[in-house]
Amino acid sequence: MIKNILNLGDAALYCDFGNEVNKTTNTQVIKYFQSIKKENIEGINNLTPSYNKLIISFDLKKTNYINLKKKIENLNVDIKDSFKNKEIEIPVCNDQNFSLDIKRLEKRLKLSVEKIYENFYNKKFFCYMTGFIAGMPFLGDLDKNMRAERLETPRVKVPKGSVGLTEQFANIYTFESPGGWNIIGNTPVNIFDSSNEKNPSLINPGDTVIFKSITKDQYKNFNE
Amino acid sequence: MSKNFFKILRAGINTTFQDHGRDNLYHIGIPFSGAMDKRNYLLANKLVGNKTELPVIEFAYQGPLLEFSGERINIAITGDVNFTIKKNNNDINGACYQTFEINNGDKIDILSTNKSVYGYLAVSAQFDLKYQWSSCSTNTKAYIGANEGRKLDNDQKINIIKINKNSNIKKLNYVNTRIENIRVIKGTNFNYFSEQGKKNFFEKEFIISKLSDRMGMRLEGSKIENVVNTNIKSEGLIKGVIQVPADGNPIIMLSDHGTIGGYPKIGVVISADYDKLVQLTPGTKIKFQECELSNAESLFKLYELETQNLISQI
Repeated sequence: MIKNILNLGDAALYCDFGNEVNKTTNTQVIKYFQSIKKENIEGINNLTPSYNKLIISFDLKKTNYINLKKKIENLNVDIKDSFKNKEIEIPVCNDQNFSLDIKRLEKRLKLSVEKIYENFYNKKFFCYMTGFIAGMPFLGDLDKNMRAERLETPRVKVPKGSVGLTEQFANIYTFESPGGWNIIGNTPVNIFDSSNEKNPSLINPGDTVIFKSITKDQYKNFNE
Repeated sequence: MSKNFFKILRAGINTTFQDHGRDNLYHIGIPFSGAMDKRNYLLANKLVGNKTELPVIEFAYQGPLLEFSGERINIAITGDVNFTIKKNNNDINGACYQTFEINNGDKIDILSTNKSVYGYLAVSAQFDLKYQWSSCSTNTKAYIGANEGRKLDNDQKINIIKINKNSNIKKLNYVNTRIENIRVIKGTNFNYFSEQGKKNFFEKEFIISKLSDRMGMRLEGSKIENVVNTNIKSEGLIKGVIQVPADGNPIIMLSDHGTIGGYPKIGVVISADYDKLVQLTPGTKIKFQECELSNAESLFKLYELETQNLISQI
């Protein structure tokens, strides 16, 4: 449940679901997000769900903080209600040309390369949120022994399709972008398709993702 | 082939198509985008007799040099812009907030913005553009919107359709004013910062860094010391949010900002000051001034009223 609502500037509500990052809290955020979206409340022009917060941006010409806060507080959100989600398999190739930071991880985590991939492939990851860059999914949780810090100096260009790890999360770079995650492989799947306006994101909050290992040949032939 | 078009002889530094932007996509990582300075965008359209929310060409610092082919159209440029209209036999010194007639073969040379960043060019017609999520605003980070999500480039053609024959010559008496005090509402992590840091934030001057673009404005000056945690669990951002990373230098999120961020939020620029904030050039010294929510709401109403008054004067 929402613990507290604050204003973020003069045109957004900051809904706080607590300090913890876990599936229970995040599921509540996603349920609120989906319910508010369905309500089509006058003036709301954006909703940003994240691990444990929901930011509701609005058009100050149409509503204001006090009015919208009342509406959100009076909203009946059944957090026990199930929400729609799907399970998606994402093929990943960890050829050395793709696994840019595997050596770094081997040192940091004090795990063998084989062990790192064993802990990564064929496990269920939960999509907490998407964003930062269009369609980028934040997937958790990695096992405790798999958690590493970001690179000290972020890369200027991380190749599109790169699969990275940081702390308890895995993500996928949907575009070439600057970034500091530890890159362990690359997927040939197009995760974000801006020409598909209705469903541009393959992975959405609440979905389950399972990474599957593929060879370099399978990777090459994937889009043919 | 369209018979009315501009040929881009020089694209300029950061020339894109922009309009009102796109709503309801933050949750998948797509920001609002849209014209950085909304007021000047609306005025440009109104001056050429368009609906105020049609796409226009936005440029920064140095604008494009365009050669026109086709039937007569009107154009208007808004902002604080230095430009020339080159006709066969003479050059006309351009003036902002005024409609000019453009005929076949004429060139529009947008030389520079004066002590400001963004300017807008509207035509009494429509640019032939692709819309994505009901906006053609170009978002160069996600390759979304008009021109395949890219900046305009040399030698490209911009096709023009639906010329509005009823566009008249108009003029508006308006001069952009500059602000040095940016009013902000305290952010959700205001208390992450030391007493001295908070004091610095509201009392010291900050200089706008060269590393500023449509995504964000970086500031340099007195460091703002964090005493709680230099990271937060990544959460949503909105335009105008001022984040302070570990190095203590504030960054203001602008229209193409990343939708999620993990740095503490010390404040948020009030909506009424946004259009003027984005026009401040690198090297400008600014100060932040605290503003209460109710005051920010009244100031926005006032600003909107002013914009509407200007529109109705055209």
